[in-house]
Amino acid sequence: MTASLLTFAKGGVHPPESKEITEHLAIEKMPLPAQVEIPLLQHFGAPCQPLVNKKDRVEEGDLIGQVQGLGANVHASITGTVTNVGTSIGPTSLNIPSVTIDRDTEAPDKIYTPSDWRGLSPQELLQKIKDGGIVGIGGAGFPAHVKLSPPPDAKVDTLVLNGAECEPYLTCDHRVMLEKPEEVVEGAKILLHVLGIKDCYIGVESNKNDAIDALRKTIEQQKLDGVKIQVSPLKVKYPQGSEKQLIESTTGRKVPGGGLPFDVGVIVQNVGTAKAVFDAVVLNKPLYEKVITISGRGISRPANLQVRIGTRIRDIVEYLGGTKADLAKIVMGGPMMGFAVSSLDIPVTKTCSGILFLTRDEIDEQPYGPCIRCGWCVEACPMGLSPNEIGLYVEAGRAADTAPFGVFDCFECGSCAFVCPAKRPLVQFIRLAKQKARK
Amino acid sequence: MEQVKDTQISENPLPALTVSLSPHVKSRESTAKIMWTVNACLLPPLVLSVFIFGFQTLIITLISVLSCVLTEAVSQKLLHRPITIKDGSAVITGLLLAYVIPPGVPYWMPILGAIFAIYITKHLFGGLGFNIFNPALIGRAFLVATFPVAMTSAWILPIQDFAIFKYMQPGVDAVSTATPLYVLKHYGLAALIEKYGTLSTVYKDFFLGVRPGCIGETSNLLLLLGGAFLIYKRYISWHIPVSTIASVGLLTWIFGGEGYFNGDPILAVLSGGIFLGAIFMATDYVTAPTQKTAQLVFGIGVGAITVLIRLKGGYPEGICYAILLMNTLTPALESWFKPKRFAPAKGIVK
Repeated sequence: MTASLLTFAKGGVHPPESKEITEHLAIEKMPLPAQVEIPLLQHFGAPCQPLVNKKDRVEEGDLIGQVQGLGANVHASITGTVTNVGTSIGPTSLNIPSVTIDRDTEAPDKIYTPSDWRGLSPQELLQKIKDGGIVGIGGAGFPAHVKLSPPPDAKVDTLVLNGAECEPYLTCDHRVMLEKPEEVVEGAKILLHVLGIKDCYIGVESNKNDAIDALRKTIEQQKLDGVKIQVSPLKVKYPQGSEKQLIESTTGRKVPGGGLPFDVGVIVQNVGTAKAVFDAVVLNKPLYEKVITISGRGISRPANLQVRIGTRIRDIVEYLGGTKADLAKIVMGGPMMGFAVSSLDIPVTKTCSGILFLTRDEIDEQPYGPCIRCGWCVEACPMGLSPNEIGLYVEAGRAADTAPFGVFDCFECGSCAFVCPAKRPLVQFIRLAKQKARK
Repeated sequence: MEQVKDTQISENPLPALTVSLSPHVKSRESTAKIMWTVNACLLPPLVLSVFIFGFQTLIITLISVLSCVLTEAVSQKLLHRPITIKDGSAVITGLLLAYVIPPGVPYWMPILGAIFAIYITKHLFGGLGFNIFNPALIGRAFLVATFPVAMTSAWILPIQDFAIFKYMQPGVDAVSTATPLYVLKHYGLAALIEKYGTLSTVYKDFFLGVRPGCIGETSNLLLLLGGAFLIYKRYISWHIPVSTIASVGLLTWIFGGEGYFNGDPILAVLSGGIFLGAIFMATDYVTAPTQKTAQLVFGIGVGAITVLIRLKGGYPEGICYAILLMNTLTPALESWFKPKRFAPAKGIVK
């Protein structure tokens, strides 16, 4: 097994996985909160147009935000009354248009019955995916129906499902693949049908062998209708789940700088997105619920929680028994690329894969020193950049001159800053470099 | 559980939260950890030097280290920079400076070397990370240029019977021998073998460190073990030490004897300061290239210049100047050997 693990060629790091905290915990359905706050911008693109007014009654699954331009629909995640159409704070923004709904405690759960999708055309399937408000739920939030409509001259022949889950702590994709492999594989089949192609690789890091087995068993048992779905066990190395690295690991193809996966004939979707596609197409259930990992040593009870979109961090913390005294940082997403937040009032969105409650021991707060030119960041960078030099340029006030160093290739995986023994904020430097070099 | 809820969520919301940019987890390595590990790896040769040359090697080394640390603190104070003597980097310079001076020099000499190494070579160039030259080697070069007699003749013979307090008064009866490289350069291999017995005794003594030489350069075995540990910890890579040592051996084999292909490569790498220089000085992060290919070129350059100086130059040993000369090429090597970019966009040259 070890000998045949796939991986990318250049760079990468091995942060402590910390997945043992939650990887054995089955997905748990969180009781519905009394109130949800649903942002109308949970995707890459423009905010949705609100379709409801204050005091309107909405049912679970009702469309409440209509896509405008590039974007994805937003749906009510609970049944109840709209109490506010205003703004919410998010991890990176303070004024996101949002809809607040108070739950009707009497309302019964909505029941969905599966339907057969095989008679539907790719166009009809695509429409269902669009209607369901599906976005890339691995983090980027790119509207799925847009990604699934590559330009006609792009010769897409391969679908890659991202089950790498290379971020430490996160185990939600792991649990979904382990507990719902049929839905992931069925989602993959729908995606292949939409794209009109036959080949799919599901890339999974080899620290999730039980999920690999579950997916393989499902694939063996299912009727594949002429398509070929294979699980690609990947070496455990961060950032294995980065789009470019994952494509290289699973197909050997390299997406050029400034290019998109379809330039090399590949479309990538997260395994969670495949499951959401299954929900939208087979159950006609829009994306208003997702599995997220609540972990870190600063939360009383870690869990893999199935929560409604719009559930506030505060409600989750309360449900899980509160935080611990040595809590130092709350991160939405993974510890390598997620966002630190300062408020418990932030709601869970479609792109949130986890909420980490990190203690002082888990984070690093040492002040940074000068670059000692050890070159570890150069070795760690999966894009072959020299973060050390970019950092020195930025410090010297020459951020605008960094374009030749390839700053725009950087996708901010944080490998450089992770290994830096001088604790230099290299990602921050590169962000500044990008900003100044763009002008 | 209820208690936790009440105090931490409702009334007194949360402890002060840190908000910063990702990544939120960092490796456990740090500049100080690297530096102190290198210091630890440098200690065994010092202990051995006390048994070989006497107690004064320890005194010289302590003076050198203290002078370096003190100079670092004063320099940083004068230049209004944060004082970082705890990171261990000045200690490394102090150890290395002591290791490349003869064991019989007067006690005040390392103080001058330390001031030159730390204040001028390191801090006037910008401090840690910005110096062009290896500070300890500039310290030595400064001492050789200023006190050529002491720095090239204060050698002492390995002592017998563990009489380690024998030469406690340095400068008195220290001028008692010549280094093997000096003997080799001026009298030839035959004279050297005559001095030490058989050729295999020479190899053994030189490998273990029982021979005249600078304080920390003689015990090749211990230097090698220290280097192996640093490579195992991935604090240094094998590229510079291996290419340096290999090129010294190879070039000496080709050009170092009567005619061609007649030199003694083993003797060449075991004598002088090849192991100390290749493992602990040429690998200095700040003054050597970061790219692996560039490191190989750097090491070959160090080896070639060393052999050139040994065979054709005025000094019996050349690795000090070889490393310093290659230090000047480091910026060029960095720009000639860039890491391979991941499928860069078409049209972008670099």
